[in-house]
Amino acid sequence: MTGSMDLPAKGGFSFDLCRRNNMLQKNGLKLPGFRKTGTTIVGLVFQDGVVLGADTRATEGPIVADKNCEKIHFMAPNIYCCGAGTAADTEAVTDMVSSQLQLHRYATGRESRVVTALTLLKSHLFRYQGHVSAALVLGGVDCTGPHLHTVYPHGSTDTLPFATMGSGSLAAMSVFESKYKEGLTREEGIQLVSDAICAGIFNDLGSGSNVDVCVITKGKTEYLRNHQLPNPRTYASSKGYSFTKGQTEVLSTKITPLKQKVEVTEGGDAMEE
Amino acid sequence: MDGFSKSIGGGGPNVPAGSHPAGGSQAAAGGGATQRTQYPYVTGTSVIALKYKDGVIMACDTGASYGSTLRYKSVERIKAVGKHSIIGASGEYSDFQEILRYLDELTLSDHMWDDGNSLGPKEIHSYLTRVMYNRRNKFDPLWNSLVIGGVKKGPKGDEKYLGMVNMIGTHFEENHVATGFGNHLAIPILRAEWHEDMTFEEAVKLVEKCLLVLLYRDRSSINKFQIAKITTEGSTIYPPYSLKTYWGFTHFENPAQGAVGSW
Repeated sequence: MTGSMDLPAKGGFSFDLCRRNNMLQKNGLKLPGFRKTGTTIVGLVFQDGVVLGADTRATEGPIVADKNCEKIHFMAPNIYCCGAGTAADTEAVTDMVSSQLQLHRYATGRESRVVTALTLLKSHLFRYQGHVSAALVLGGVDCTGPHLHTVYPHGSTDTLPFATMGSGSLAAMSVFESKYKEGLTREEGIQLVSDAICAGIFNDLGSGSNVDVCVITKGKTEYLRNHQLPNPRTYASSKGYSFTKGQTEVLSTKITPLKQKVEVTEGGDAMEE
Repeated sequence: MDGFSKSIGGGGPNVPAGSHPAGGSQAAAGGGATQRTQYPYVTGTSVIALKYKDGVIMACDTGASYGSTLRYKSVERIKAVGKHSIIGASGEYSDFQEILRYLDELTLSDHMWDDGNSLGPKEIHSYLTRVMYNRRNKFDPLWNSLVIGGVKKGPKGDEKYLGMVNMIGTHFEENHVATGFGNHLAIPILRAEWHEDMTFEEAVKLVEKCLLVLLYRDRSSINKFQIAKITTEGSTIYPPYSLKTYWGFTHFENPAQGAVGSW
């Protein structure tokens, strides 16, 4: 990580192994699949800052790989980033930029700015020409005010008052387009973001489970993990299950006491090899 | 014939962007006598419809696109069928005109029975489902998504009906339907905000909400809409009108001032 800060990156994506990969594929090698997040992520600007929201389902093709994953990633104490696309790519790229921002904070002694994170992300993604499949909603509040940006896998960015990304973006965008107005309060902002994520959860197959919300204002960030759980696990019996003692008949009992034998050698060789 | 298709240049099974349509499809069908619909040319975008207290309300814009060109701006994509139904279509406009001709023949021969009975929306829906599915099985589909709505007196009084058929023959009945982009943008709103027995004003407001989102986010929609309703009194197709759009967010003015290089 420190190495990447000292030297500028040499040229673009290295395509050296592509011919070899094509040859392997032709000879029958099956490439591993990607775990995509199949997501609804949203962000909006309200009067005091930004609110970010995300669902919590990670899919691997038709299967739900993780029912309660975290799609709102930490970038800086005042900047958070939601990620859609390939899970590994969003995690890696946000982790990388987050550590670059930390080093930058040590070097400058100042709070990170959202445009810094934006520029680091977009220049990295552009270098990889869309092969790093990360679609991000980046939001934060810095000394210049609240900012909300979307970053696309090929490296282009938008600056918007409200944004949605992921497979559920159209469902969430329909909620935003019909209900967003300027100068929302904190409660209205959180409610609108939750409504948009719920629209994605219930109308898009790639999104589901719970709603995560993150509210960023000047000097304070609140990460509301699992703010709403609209898909609770249900049981056949409304009272749930209770297993009282004596419910299962005991047929026979055998108790085997384990011998307590622990040898402690004082001053032995500690962790050689 | 050979020279004609060669002169189109490139031709083949690609979509001819702006070139003569007839030449393109002949080149695509090869030398065979049968012509099959491979892709649509003049297309209408979404139609949305929902049931309300007195019947069914249906709305769509009045535009028809030729690929990425907005070719026709005053096209009626909702028509009345018989006394009890209205039909709206998205997709290939010429196939919609053909369907209207089939429905004309159907309603006419039904009228000639002269038995006081008339075709209701359920029967029309069933007929169109058979037509669409059979065409699909012959690999020559009518490239449309149709919405049929209507009210007819039944054993339990006035029964409202709203259904959809698409080009492969998938059909279902629902309280609210949408075609095309409406599936992604309008259905989430309808699912959250539709309820039984809405008044006409509430239904129009809900429909306008969906139409506005479609106008903002569907590139092939235009700001000229028509609403139609069908009740026991009959069908009414209102004249076209526009919706007010809002572009005044402060973030839209000079969005890149904090982030040079972004849009």
